[in-house]
Amino acid sequence: MIAQNKGKLAVYWAASCGGCEIAILAIDEKILDVSKHFDIVFWPCATDGKVRDVEKMADGSIDVCLFNGGIRTSEQEYMARLLRRKSKVLVAFGSCASEGCIPGLANLSNRKEIFHTVYHETPSTENPKGVEPQHVTDVPEGKLYLPVFYDTLFTLDQVVDVDYYLPGCPPEAERIWDAITAILENKLPPKGAVIGANTTVCDECPRKRTEKKIRKFYRTWEIIPDEETCLLEQGLVCAGVATRAGCGAKCPKVNSPCIGCYGVNDGVVDFGARLMSALASVIDSDAPEEIDRIIREGIPDPAGTFYRFSLAHSLLRRKKKVPDEE
Amino acid sequence: MAEETFEPKIVGFLCNWCSYRAADLAGTARIKYPPNVRIIRVMCSGRVDPAFVLKALSLGADGVMIAGCHPGECHYIEQNYKAMRRYHMLKHTLRALGLEEDRIRLVWASAAEGQQLAEHIEEFVDDVRKLGPLHWPSNFQENGERWHAVEALAQEHAESLEVL
Amino acid sequence: MAERVGVYICHCGSNIAGMVDVEQVAKWAGENLEGVVVSRDYKFMCSSLGQAMIEEDIKKHNLTHVVVGACSPHLHEKTFRKACQNAGLNPYLCQMTNLREHVSWVSRDREKATEKARALVAAAVERVKRQEPLQPLSVDVNPATLVIGGGIAGLQATLELADAGYPVYVVERRPSIGGHMAQFDKTFPTLDCSACILTPKMSEAGQHPNVTLYTYSEVDEVSGSVGHFRVRIRRKARMVTEDKCTGCGICVEKCPRKVVDEDFEAGFGYRKAIYTPFPQAVPRIPVIDVHSCIWFERQKCRACEKLCPTGAIDFEQKDEIIELEVGNIIVATGWNMFDCRRIPQYGYGRLANVFTALEFERMCNAAGPTNGKILLRDGKTEPQTVAIVHCVGSRDSNHNEYCSGICCMAALKFGHLVLEKTKAEVYSFYIDMRTNQKGYEEFYHRLLEEGMHFVRGKVAEVTDAARRPDEAGKLIVQVEDTLLGKQRRIPVDMVILMGALEPQTDAKELGLKLGISCSMAGWYTERHPKLDPVATMTDGIFVAGTCQGPKDIPASVAQGAAAAARVMGMITKRKVWIEPVVATIDESRCSGCRICNNICPYNAIEYDEAKGVSRVITAMCKGCGTCVAACPAGVISGAHFSNEQVFAEIEGILWDALQEEKKAEPQAVTG
Repeated sequence: MIAQNKGKLAVYWAASCGGCEIAILAIDEKILDVSKHFDIVFWPCATDGKVRDVEKMADGSIDVCLFNGGIRTSEQEYMARLLRRKSKVLVAFGSCASEGCIPGLANLSNRKEIFHTVYHETPSTENPKGVEPQHVTDVPEGKLYLPVFYDTLFTLDQVVDVDYYLPGCPPEAERIWDAITAILENKLPPKGAVIGANTTVCDECPRKRTEKKIRKFYRTWEIIPDEETCLLEQGLVCAGVATRAGCGAKCPKVNSPCIGCYGVNDGVVDFGARLMSALASVIDSDAPEEIDRIIREGIPDPAGTFYRFSLAHSLLRRKKKVPDEE
Repeated sequence: MAEETFEPKIVGFLCNWCSYRAADLAGTARIKYPPNVRIIRVMCSGRVDPAFVLKALSLGADGVMIAGCHPGECHYIEQNYKAMRRYHMLKHTLRALGLEEDRIRLVWASAAEGQQLAEHIEEFVDDVRKLGPLHWPSNFQENGERWHAVEALAQEHAESLEVL
Repeated sequence: MAERVGVYICHCGSNIAGMVDVEQVAKWAGENLEGVVVSRDYKFMCSSLGQAMIEEDIKKHNLTHVVVGACSPHLHEKTFRKACQNAGLNPYLCQMTNLREHVSWVSRDREKATEKARALVAAAVERVKRQEPLQPLSVDVNPATLVIGGGIAGLQATLELADAGYPVYVVERRPSIGGHMAQFDKTFPTLDCSACILTPKMSEAGQHPNVTLYTYSEVDEVSGSVGHFRVRIRRKARMVTEDKCTGCGICVEKCPRKVVDEDFEAGFGYRKAIYTPFPQAVPRIPVIDVHSCIWFERQKCRACEKLCPTGAIDFEQKDEIIELEVGNIIVATGWNMFDCRRIPQYGYGRLANVFTALEFERMCNAAGPTNGKILLRDGKTEPQTVAIVHCVGSRDSNHNEYCSGICCMAALKFGHLVLEKTKAEVYSFYIDMRTNQKGYEEFYHRLLEEGMHFVRGKVAEVTDAARRPDEAGKLIVQVEDTLLGKQRRIPVDMVILMGALEPQTDAKELGLKLGISCSMAGWYTERHPKLDPVATMTDGIFVAGTCQGPKDIPASVAQGAAAAARVMGMITKRKVWIEPVVATIDESRCSGCRICNNICPYNAIEYDEAKGVSRVITAMCKGCGTCVAACPAGVISGAHFSNEQVFAEIEGILWDALQEEKKAEPQAVTG
C-alpha cells in the first residue's frame, strides 16, 4: 500500500443528489490515507478546480476518477467524455452513475413535462413570464449557451466506456474503502466488473426464510411486519432477493423492506425483470383475474417498484415517448 | 415506412411440447399464416423470463408472443401458470412504461391446435400492425441537438484555451 | 478459440426450396453472419450424402458449431446431432432451425418467407456460438413395467413382456381385468366368441409368475423419469381380504341387495352389492360396493361376513397405497361410450326400446341379463323390426368430429346376430359404410346377402309419435334416404344406437400425472402419427389400444404387442441416455432466498439449511427452466437454454431490426 509516486484522483458530480460525495467522506479518517496516496487533482465539490485545468492535463494522466451521477445534460456528457479521456480508470460511483437511480426515474417523463413541473407548476415557482431555459439565447452581446437538457437520463456507461462500478445509493463506506484498497493494491477485478459482492441482500439478512407463497402484497404502511420472518413472505415487496449484497441488509434489519439501491447481482441484465419474475412466480393463484387483482392492488406503481434505482439502465431505459413530445 | 406496408417484427417464444408442435402441425397441415412471428423454442413457457420479452422489445421488436400448453395441460404439470403470472406482472409494468397492451400476448395452444395457433398468430399480427412500428431504441435517441451541444462545448473550451 | 460455424440449408426437395430462396439464404449467411466459415444448401440434408457433407466439413474446416436449417427439430435433431458426433463434434453444438414447418409450409410469399428464414438462421447462428458441449446422463433401466389398464391391449402387452421374462404390474381400476372385450358376445368379422378368446389371456395373466395384478386400483402419482419411474398406486378398499377369499361366490349369492350394474352390464342388468362383474372375472375376488351395501347405508346386514367360509370379508378395510418402481409405463386405458342421452332426439333414456350398442352387446351375450335372447325392454317380446343407427356422437360436429372406426362393423355384427337369433327385419342407417380391414368388406357383403336393409342417411329423429296407423305403438325412425333423395319414416320395435368411442373422462388427468398430452378430442398423443405410433413425447411412456384413438381389437392387440416390443428394447439396452438439459444453481452465489423452492413441481430443488443455499437434484430435474427464469439473483443456469443463449438468439432473430435502428441512430462525433 505504499505508493512511490502519489496517484492522481478526480471526483466528479453529475446528475445526482450529492449523497455520493458525502459518502466518500463517510470513510472517516481513512480519507487521510487516501490523501496520503493520491493527489486530488479535480473535485469541484471539495476543492477548487477548473474544467480548463482538466482540459489541459495529458490524456490518461488521472489515475482514478470516481464519477457519480447520471448524464442529463450536454455539459454532463461533455464532462464524462473529458474525464474518460483524461483518466486511466473511470469508476461509475454510486447508483446514479451505474444505473440512473432516482434521477433516472425521470425517464418516466420527458424534458417538456419536467420543465413544465419545475418552471411552472411547483408552488414555489414565481415565473410570470413563463420563462424556460433555452439552449441558445440571443442577447445584445451575442449568443448565450446553456447546456441542452436531455429527454432521457443516461447512465455513465451509456455515454462513455466505464471500467468499474461501485453500486449503492450511496455506496457503503466499507465498500468504498474496499474499492480504494483494491485500487491501491492493484487487485482490481477484470474491467467492467462491479466492485462488490456477488450474492444478494438475503445473504446478509438475518430473517428466517421458508418457502414462499404470496396471496397479497402489502404496502409498508399497511402492516407492521414480524421482526424475524422474511419480509417478502409477509407480503411486503422486499427487493432484497434481487439486490446485490453489500449494505449489510440495513433496511430489512430495521424492519423495512429492501428497495434495491445496490442494483442487480452479477451477470443480471435487468433488475426489474428479475424482481418481477421472482415475485410473480410465487403468487399463490392460478386464476388470471385473481392474479391480476393481486398484482394491481399490491403493486400500484410497478415501474417505481421494480425500477426504482435502475430504470435508466434497464433494457427499456425509459417510458415510451409519444410522438408529439419530440 | 408507410403505415399500409408496415410489417411488424414479432418474436414468439413457443414451448417445446405444445405450441412449438402446434406450429409444426400448422406446417404439416399447410395452414398459411403471416410470416411476421419469428419463433424461438423454449422448453416451457415457464422458461420465458420477462427479460426475454424486454430484450426483444428493446432491440426493435414490435411485439412479443408467448405460447404454452393450455392451463392444466403443461408438460411440466403447472409451469405454464408461472408463465401466466409473470405475463400479468410484466403487462402491469409495461403499461406503466407506456407500452400498448396489445404488443405482448400470451396464448395457449396444444400440440393438436395447429389451426388455433395460426389463428392466434394472424390475430396478433393484425393487432400489432394496427399499433404501428414500436422502434423502441429511438425512444432514447436524443435529437441532433445533443451531439451538437457536446461538440460546441468542446469547441468553445478549446478556443478559450487557445486564448489563454 | 474463435467460433467456426457451418451453416447447412436444406431444400427438402421442393418442400423448403419451393417457398424459400435457399441458395440465397445460404449465401447470405456465409457472407453476413459473423463466425460462419462454410454455408451450403443441399437437396436433402438428412440424406446420408447430406450428413456426410456435414461430417466432412466439420473435419475439413475445423467447425466448432453447426446450424442446420431444415425441418422441425422434432424430426431430425437426432439425425444431425449424430452426424456431428460422428465427426467428433459434441452433439449439443448443433442447432436446428425450422425452415419447413415454420416457414415454407405456412407462407404464401416467397420473398417474405426468405426474409423469415434469414432471421431464423441468424438466430440459430448467434445461439449456436454460445452453445456448450453437454454430456447426456445415463440411467439404468428398471426391467419392471407398469401397464395401466387391463383391457385387451394392456393384456397383450403384459403377456408379451411377462413371457419374455420381465416383471409386469397391471393396474386396473375395475374389479376384474378384461376390459370392454369381456362385455362382448361375438367379435367381428369372424364371429368367434369374445369370451372364448379373451378369458384364456385373462387367466394366463392372472396366473403368470411375472405378472402382478392390481385390480380395483388406480394410479395416484407418477414421479421419476424413463428407466426409473416411481408410481404410487391406490388399491381401493375391496372390503374383501384377497389372501383369504377363495372366490366361492357364496357372499354374492347371499347378498340381499341388488342394484343396476351401470358398468359391466351397461345399465342393462343387475348385480349384487358385493359382486364380481362377471363369472370369468380375474381375479375372482368380489368387491363390496360401499355405495349400495346395506351395512354402509344403515349399519345392518353383514350377511356376506357371516356366511363367508374363510372370513375374508373385512368391513374395516381402507384404501391402501403401494409404491412401485418401474422402468417403463404402458398406458392402455381404453375408451368410454358416448352418452347417448346427449342426443335427445334419439330418445335414449326416454324411449324404452332405444338401446345403446353396449346394452345390446350385453343382451346378445349368453351370460348376459337376457341369456343372449334379443328382447325388448319388457324382457319378453321379441322385436319384429330393429333399427341400427350409426355415427351416434361420431362424425358429428356437435359432438365428435372423428369417425369411431369400429361402429360400422359392430352394426353389421349386430345385424347378423338379430337375423340369426330372431325373425326380425334389420335396418342400418349409415352415413358411409366403413369396412376397410381384412375380411370386413366381405362381412358387409354377407349381411347384404343375409337381407339386412341399408339406408344411407343420418337419422334425424327417433320418436314414438305415430302419424300413420302402421306406426302406432312403434318407434319411428325419421331419416332422409340420401340415395332415394327423400324423407322416410320407418316404424321399428327396437333401436340400437351405435354410440361413439370417447376417451376416458379422466384421460387428461392421468395424462397430467404421466406427463403425456392428449389431442383435442382427448386421445393420447403419440410421438409421431405414422412413424412412432406407440411412443409418447415422454420417454419411457408408451400407449396402446383405444386410449390413443378409436380402433378395433386386432389393432389394439397389435399396438399392445408393439408397445411391449418397444419396452423390451428399452429393457435390453439396460441403460438410457437422458437429455442433459437441466438446471444448476451456482451455490457460491446463491443467497438462499428460497424463491425457487416451491416452483419445481418435481421437487427437484432442495434447500440446504446448514449452508443456506438451494440445490437442484439433477436426476429429478426435467429441464423446464422455470426456476431459471424465476431466480431473482440470476444464479440458476439452464443448460442448453441459458440466458446468454436465448439473448443471443433474440439478437439474431431481430438482426434486421437492429440494423434499421443502427442506421437511424445519429452518428456520434468523437468525444
